[in-house]
Amino acid sequence: MGSQGGFGQSKEFLDLIKSIGEARSKAEEDRIVIREIETLKRRISEPDIPKRKMKEYIIRLLYVEMLGHDASFGYIHAVKMTHDDNLPSKRTGYLAVTLFLNDDHDLIILIVNTIQKDLKSDNYLVVCAALNAVCRLINDETIPAVLPLVVDLLSHSKEAVRKKAVMALHSFHRKSPSSVSHLISNFRKRLCDNDPGVMGATLCPLFDLVNADPTPYKDLVVSFVSILKQVAEHRLPKSYDYHQMPAPFVQIKLLKILALLGSGDKLASEHMYTVIGDVIRKGDSSSNIGNAILYESIRCVSSIYPNAKLLEAAADVIAKFLKSDSHNLKYMGIDALGRLIKLSPLIAEQHQLAVIDCLEDPDDTLKRKTFELLYKMTKSSNVEVIVDRMIDYMISISDDHYKTYIASRCVELAEQFAPSNHWFIQTMNKVFEHAGDLVNIKVAHNLMRLIAEGFGEDDDTTYSQLRSSAVESYLRIIGEPKLPSVFLQVICWVLGEYGTADGKHSASYITGKLCDMAEAYSNDETVKAYAITALTKIYSFEIAAGRKVDMLSECQSLVEELLASHSTDLQQRAYELQSVIGLDARAVEAILPHDASCEDIEVDKNISFLNDYVQKAIERGAMPYISENERSGMVNMSNFSSQDQQESGQHGLRFEAYEVPKPPVPSKVTPVSLSSVTDLVPVSESLYARETHHITSVGVASDTGSSGLKLKLDGVQKKWGKPTYSSPASSSNSTSQNPVNGVTKVDVATTVNSKVRDSYDSRKQQNEIDPEKQKLAASLFGGSTKPERRTSASSKVSKASAGAADRPQDSKAAIVPNKTSGEKTNQQPPPQDLLDLGEPTVTVAPPTVDPFQQLEGLLDASISSTVSPSVGAVSNAPDIMSLYTGSTSSEQRGAGGYIPVTGDNLNLLSELSSAAAVRGTTGETNAAPLSLSVKGANAKDSLEKDAKVRQMGVTPTSQNPNLFRDLLG
Amino acid sequence: MIVPIHLTNRFIFIIHVFFPIKSNKMIRAVLVMNTQGKPRLAKFYEFRPVEKQQEIIRNVFAVLCSRPEHVSNFVDAESFFGPDARLVYKHFATLYFVFIFDGSENELAMLDLIQVFVETLDKCFRNVCELDVVFNYSKMHTILDEIIFGGQVLETSSTEVIKAVEEISKLEAASSSINLVSKSVSSWRSR
Repeated sequence: MGSQGGFGQSKEFLDLIKSIGEARSKAEEDRIVIREIETLKRRISEPDIPKRKMKEYIIRLLYVEMLGHDASFGYIHAVKMTHDDNLPSKRTGYLAVTLFLNDDHDLIILIVNTIQKDLKSDNYLVVCAALNAVCRLINDETIPAVLPLVVDLLSHSKEAVRKKAVMALHSFHRKSPSSVSHLISNFRKRLCDNDPGVMGATLCPLFDLVNADPTPYKDLVVSFVSILKQVAEHRLPKSYDYHQMPAPFVQIKLLKILALLGSGDKLASEHMYTVIGDVIRKGDSSSNIGNAILYESIRCVSSIYPNAKLLEAAADVIAKFLKSDSHNLKYMGIDALGRLIKLSPLIAEQHQLAVIDCLEDPDDTLKRKTFELLYKMTKSSNVEVIVDRMIDYMISISDDHYKTYIASRCVELAEQFAPSNHWFIQTMNKVFEHAGDLVNIKVAHNLMRLIAEGFGEDDDTTYSQLRSSAVESYLRIIGEPKLPSVFLQVICWVLGEYGTADGKHSASYITGKLCDMAEAYSNDETVKAYAITALTKIYSFEIAAGRKVDMLSECQSLVEELLASHSTDLQQRAYELQSVIGLDARAVEAILPHDASCEDIEVDKNISFLNDYVQKAIERGAMPYISENERSGMVNMSNFSSQDQQESGQHGLRFEAYEVPKPPVPSKVTPVSLSSVTDLVPVSESLYARETHHITSVGVASDTGSSGLKLKLDGVQKKWGKPTYSSPASSSNSTSQNPVNGVTKVDVATTVNSKVRDSYDSRKQQNEIDPEKQKLAASLFGGSTKPERRTSASSKVSKASAGAADRPQDSKAAIVPNKTSGEKTNQQPPPQDLLDLGEPTVTVAPPTVDPFQQLEGLLDASISSTVSPSVGAVSNAPDIMSLYTGSTSSEQRGAGGYIPVTGDNLNLLSELSSAAAVRGTTGETNAAPLSLSVKGANAKDSLEKDAKVRQMGVTPTSQNPNLFRDLLG
Repeated sequence: MIVPIHLTNRFIFIIHVFFPIKSNKMIRAVLVMNTQGKPRLAKFYEFRPVEKQQEIIRNVFAVLCSRPEHVSNFVDAESFFGPDARLVYKHFATLYFVFIFDGSENELAMLDLIQVFVETLDKCFRNVCELDVVFNYSKMHTILDEIIFGGQVLETSSTEVIKAVEEISKLEAASSSINLVSKSVSSWRSR
């Protein structure tokens, strides 16, 4: 073997990898890599390096860069390698440039020419390599250089090339849609490609296109449906099966596209119902991929125009997901539930305990998904529980990104659904306390305004209660260490305004607290500014009330310190405080009137008091003022004013009554109408309008357009089988014959039955489950208990944070009957067969043609045209089934993706083969006969490999024994 | 009829200009790393500078390490990979296989795509182990390129992938051995 190692690499490379593998620290690894870089720098520029050697150097460069070191010195060599005629070198060169370079790198210009040449090559592998580079390296400027070549390749004889050409065109479309907009019809054409691989690849660009704008593709609904139907009926060659499912990835992509096309479009959706029902029915919930298809079907069902049967089927699948032990499935179940809940809010109640289990799961991903679901189902009756849960979780995590996210969610929910002011303030306090630096400052301003103005209740006692409770809570919190700055600002402001208002606390007590705070956070200037202003207010209220003011000594020293502050703002505030204290009661009253924070301050925007002055100036010959709009010639006042309003709207808190039923009350401050000259700027009233989600119904593209753009259905229709929709007869047949696949027959009648049983079961279960959870469930999902909750919530102001344990009992009691009644109404419509989706064009009479005859491609055109009049007659499309039969028979397919393995690899087997877990002893019995046939060869391989490893001297060391363990063993 | 389509695409283009950050529906990265956090294969389908790549690899590893056993294979990757990014991983012996993608993809299906990838590796290398992954860097990429192409799922049948990869190796081998001969032939031809 000489210098060549067993893996086709030189001893040097193996040594490098070995030493990196054994490096004990990052520093040591860095040293090794830097040494390697030096070596490579020297070697790579030597003249006449053999190609094989050069190839290895480039791979080593890639390796170095993957470890995070700069390998830019070698980029040019990689570029040079793409020019090489030798195939392995060329491919390595292309691999390297796609990994090294971005599409705006200077060296790209040197590659474009090579790519052009290679796209025309006779060797399809060269073409493939070039297409690979095209995807990554061609930017919008260079697209025209290769575009015609790529388009030519769309009809290349090799399917591998066609596939990649489609993808390359797709990448152009992503980078610069305008450059290929005239070529979009090509995607439609490729959808009818003879090779299912190409068809599958074409779904990617079509998905993007439909996602951008579904309207022009409505005419394709029929073809997508028929493709999906054929795929689901095993019409594709066996090699596309994956764990016994027919081409699952293609099915998923198709379902995605259908979901987009059917969204808000009743007509298009009606075409899909049957096939989606079929897919769900055939879905194999025992394998991972089967569940993936089921999940995608639910997504599709929840996106298209709702259909009761399908929704029911989807709900059943969700139930299965949530009951599963697999975290993955639970995750999918929660996600699916969140999608379906918009359409049928009742289904969440069936799964309440499962949802709560997920909420308490140690898995963070699952927990977050569950919060997402709870967010979607929040209403005023369960907002307290949900927000409490969210806050608890928020406190427990350290991931700032998610903390910010969930804090904003809490604020949003609290603002929207708060059952009482006290609860709102308590909640906001908690959010600020734990995530204060992460939330938007506007939230703090909203909170201050809420405390100042209340929720619009016109009752003075409620007001003062609200304020005193806020003051109390802040005086309690103020002692806690390390509060966030934003929260401190709120505290200062509230204490300054209302600290002494109810007379419970003396001015010296409050000022003492404020001084302590300013001292404790002495490097936060904003907090100090807020604190000194608060002090000013308190002292002036004292003076105005006619009491004698004696400043605390610490307060005096604070003022003195701030008088000499570097910040002019702080200085000014300190001087203001000093001078206010020196004034008499009447003057102070005028400067800082008590409780006037929500009075409107008149701002004379037009500065009308200067009118006289302006008039005089004009008389003396000055130029009159021309407004900015007029100057720029773009007069659009309405635009400006509306912008203005929008802006103020964004800052506004929602001030109308929350969802709690109560009559709307006019707000305290009514704007005084003044003369037209003075423009009053009132503090904006609630403009916080909750955006409602509209399902925009997209117009159906009725005319299918010119024939050039229209899909040629002749190919699609005939390719993989029967040219008809699933007719009721044949479909139901297939269901009953299907238990082989492990599919449980979804008969609606039994479904309903089982549903009833389920709910009974769960109710029974509920009785056995610990009361803590029950209460939580009740408070989360409880429906009509609002009035009681309202009072109970406000009565226990200070305990709003208490856990689920002390939730009011009444709400729980009310839930069960409520639930049953809901369910009963749900069952009112008589169960129909799922398949019977009474749609005239779909329910064509079952074809009289022998399906097997069609299968063999002997179908004559006249029959097909009578069977599917909507699709159009098929002329002479190449018969694909006959093409496939050849390949299918020669295909040797491991059952369910089996891989021959040796004895010590049993675990691999169980992991690789489907979820029908083959473990332990059963695994052994199962696997033994299979592996026997190959064991000999395999064992030999492994031994050889082992021997090679040893020979190279790369033996396992104690530091890194894992390196050499069999990957799947 | 051509005109409206053209126009709609113009419109899309304008949106792209205004929101250049808008990510496309795609797989964003494929990572293979061992249980000590050493990257074994890293492919990013959107360009990322080397330092950023390292940061992502480190972050991914930190997340994977902190996952307890018997939990889901899905992780939210927004905090280090930008909005809407999700991550699916699978643990085989000493290696983590990680796919990072965005919201348009189906997590369970991605999990199976990892499976397809690993099954293919296993068939190509006969009992794949970490060493195979390390030493056959370019072959790894060849296989991956057959499955995922420019961030889109190209082929999902491992049989098809193996067929393609075997053909590539065969032709590569042939072209290197013929190389010496072909040179003389081509010079003879050019005469």
